[in-house]
Amino acid sequence: MTKKTKVKELDNVVVKFVGDSGDGMQLTGTLFSDSAAVFGNDLATFPDYPAEIRAPHNTVAGVSGFQVHIGKSKVNSFGDLCHVLVAMNPASLKANLKVAERGATIIVDVDAFDEEAIKKAGYLSNPLEDKSLEGYNLIKAPITTLTRGALADSGLNKKQVDKTKNMFALGMIYYLFNRDLQHTIEYLSDKFSEKGEMLEANKKVLQAGYDFADTIEALDSTFQVSPAKLEKGKYRNITGNVAAAWGLLAAAEKANLPLYLGSYPITPATDILVELSKHKSLGAKVFQAEDEIAGITSAIGAAFAGNLAVTTTSGPGLSLKVEAMGLAVITELPLVIIDVQRAGPSTGMPTKSEQSDLYQALFSRNGDAPIPVIAASSSANCFYYAFEAARIALEHMTPVILLTDGFLGNGSQLFRIPKMADLPVINPPIAAPNEPDYKPYRRNPDTLVRRWAFPGTPGLRHRIGGLEKENVTGVVTTDAANHELMVKLRAEKVNKISSRIPKQTVTGAQQGDLLIVSWGSSEGVIQTVVESMAADGKKVGHAHFNYIMPLPTNVDEIFNNFKKIIVAEQNMGQFVNYLRMAHPAFQYEQYNKVQGLPFTETEIKNVISKLL
Amino acid sequence: MDAIYNSIEKSSKELTKEDFQSGQMVKWCPGCGAHVILASILNTFPKIGYNQDKFVFVSGIGCSSRFPYYINTYGFHGIHGRASAIATGVKLANPGLSVWVATGDGDSLAIGGNHFMHAVRRNIDLNIILFNNQIYGLTKGQFSPTSPMGSVTKTSPFGTIEPPVNPGKLVLGVGGSFFARVPDNNAHLLGEAVYAAAKHDGTSVVEVLQNCIIFNDKAHEAWVGKEAREENMLVLEHGKPMLFGKNMKKGLMFKNGKLLVVEVGKDGVKESDILVHDMYDDNPGLQIMLIEMAPPHFPVAVGIIRAAKRDTYDDLFYEQIESAKKSSDIKCVDDLLNSGTVFEIR
Repeated sequence: MTKKTKVKELDNVVVKFVGDSGDGMQLTGTLFSDSAAVFGNDLATFPDYPAEIRAPHNTVAGVSGFQVHIGKSKVNSFGDLCHVLVAMNPASLKANLKVAERGATIIVDVDAFDEEAIKKAGYLSNPLEDKSLEGYNLIKAPITTLTRGALADSGLNKKQVDKTKNMFALGMIYYLFNRDLQHTIEYLSDKFSEKGEMLEANKKVLQAGYDFADTIEALDSTFQVSPAKLEKGKYRNITGNVAAAWGLLAAAEKANLPLYLGSYPITPATDILVELSKHKSLGAKVFQAEDEIAGITSAIGAAFAGNLAVTTTSGPGLSLKVEAMGLAVITELPLVIIDVQRAGPSTGMPTKSEQSDLYQALFSRNGDAPIPVIAASSSANCFYYAFEAARIALEHMTPVILLTDGFLGNGSQLFRIPKMADLPVINPPIAAPNEPDYKPYRRNPDTLVRRWAFPGTPGLRHRIGGLEKENVTGVVTTDAANHELMVKLRAEKVNKISSRIPKQTVTGAQQGDLLIVSWGSSEGVIQTVVESMAADGKKVGHAHFNYIMPLPTNVDEIFNNFKKIIVAEQNMGQFVNYLRMAHPAFQYEQYNKVQGLPFTETEIKNVISKLL
Repeated sequence: MDAIYNSIEKSSKELTKEDFQSGQMVKWCPGCGAHVILASILNTFPKIGYNQDKFVFVSGIGCSSRFPYYINTYGFHGIHGRASAIATGVKLANPGLSVWVATGDGDSLAIGGNHFMHAVRRNIDLNIILFNNQIYGLTKGQFSPTSPMGSVTKTSPFGTIEPPVNPGKLVLGVGGSFFARVPDNNAHLLGEAVYAAAKHDGTSVVEVLQNCIIFNDKAHEAWVGKEAREENMLVLEHGKPMLFGKNMKKGLMFKNGKLLVVEVGKDGVKESDILVHDMYDDNPGLQIMLIEMAPPHFPVAVGIIRAAKRDTYDDLFYEQIESAKKSSDIKCVDDLLNSGTVFEIR
């Protein structure tokens, strides 16, 4: 029997799936967001999971979540508060109620709220009965019982049956959002192509959840989020780590060079290594090294030998690579270093994100060893900034650091698929066979870039390495004047890149009372707030930096247009101090949050309002 | 010498030692064993048959690691301990290169032990010349991981209290396919080992028992010295009985699970009782026993101790790429971008 329900038309909705790690919440969230992408919503996602693979059952420490923000207009962030929370056990409810907005629809598996689990979550009484959830639209669904009922005749054991509970919850959500099940069924058919009984079970439970939602009175309205008015073209849902991997493959194709990755697994960067390992058909040479140092040094060897060489890591891994980064600087070889930042210092909080590796990206080497630093600012543009890091490295014969972070790397976003023909060609300065009078450190007078001679090329034999070399000839020398010249040339070569990168742009007000400055993954949330405040007539602008070292050439010009400048970042003030050094004429306020969590729109709004 | 067959392109003209001389001033101390290593390599490289452009010499840090400057090939002077990791990247980037590593006991067994071990384990086609002088020379005389127990050095004035590592045992312990050990005063044997290393597919480790005339003079004297070597050094040759001694009458037998030094003609021992060296034997058991031998009860074994056939990492690496290229529908990045779940806004 189908009940008559109201349909609420919404611009955008945030849904969060939470449960015990092992409850399949990451998959559930991914399937919901993929379906939303296929439906045509714009979206952003945020996986929020513990470092432990299976923390103790039913504890707050073991809660795994996946937040999805979908909209019919542009979605810039994964959203502060959720409108719909699906909680598979008491601990996940306890950990996430604070991110549910007042009045939110909360769907719980009521079967999981037994006395022991309630106590283990740290509740003194059952939250489903003690009125603490008054003011929310609480849906108490017997998910476990109904899942087991649906599969009573399946022949599967209890463990197998209970593994499909997440499909019941997903089915309910699909009903709630008027979505069809087609995309998810296709996914399941692919995943369980060898296990017919699991495929049938998952499909059955998914449908059971959908049908259950259709019958209960408490769900008296469903939500309609219409497709977004997106620019024409092809789209897909993509995580930042996958986007970065693909950007590297795109750069290799555009430079007509083989891609070489030397890397060692580390959270949250591992997925770039995992992704590139799949693409041997594109010639990707992926070397899982014995450690971080072998990751980068093997990449330096590959760069010497003429590949587009890359190493990927996260904070502590970058620390291990520092000496080798200096080697790449002095040998002036192209090398892309991707740091998917996480909360530090030391092991810190591996699964939580932060922007606190900027100092080590800029300053960690011994000697004067400048390295260009760029930062991606959305999961989708990890593709373009990985491509850009490779372009700068190859065309300027320098290592380049690309900073992303856990939010960007694991989070996903709608990605408008480019055509390779529309991407710029990359032209590395490769020396031709038997080039007359080749010298390893002879430079292009405009860019100061040296030429790249691959071993094996007839007639260009030379030796380079970590010892200081004479300019032009590359002969080992400790000559005082030559060393100073080489230090200056290396710095000047990097500074000259500023003329080959885009000018800094400002969104919101172009001049006025306050400029909020940021970099990295906070772009979306700050842009959303600034655009809405600027639309309300506030004189606030937003400058979000993707190019950090060297900085764009028009920074002074932009900063002069505002009375006040505040720099917001998820560290203790690394970018603001860098700006104080690079552009000392300005007074900078700072806003810092170091909690392993993203900025919320409310926080940014409050910060801006205080200064206006 | 048997000809070398592999995918590295051969030179169309005959090369000489002079073609490989870099012309740079060699700055090792007079009398250093490294000069003999350089001379042997300069003599042997023309015989390998690739032209100079196909060779890459990679090094780490230490006296040994100045090597790339003294040979007219492509060269990369890396950072301390990382030579075999850098060389791995060179070989995977371009398998058409003959990649050599010049390294020392500190560089490859202390700070770079991890990279050395994993290169050998993977059996990637590198040729590693390990200059083992049992001392840190470039930093002026501190003990190294191969210094014998009790060594008195600047940082062990009361003698070292740690047992040394035996490079050959390490190589075979991680599944290494090629190991040779040669004294630095036997240029002929060194040349043979260098040639055999080039010929071998996989990681070849040539340990050179090198003299540091300044900080560790005569470290290997008790078996490589003129007086001592007849009695204390066994030169292994594939297919030949393991004989040594002034009259080549001493030999090795295997009895009750142990090696035994015997004398041919004494106690009824015949030459046919003596063990015959098999460097191609895949089972490393006897080879490890030979590597472990040391005076006073045994001679030190030198020569090519192991040259077993194993798949190489670089061959398997490229086989996977080639087979993926054949079987996958994704032939270019446009294909990849449009693979999987994609939808279109019109």
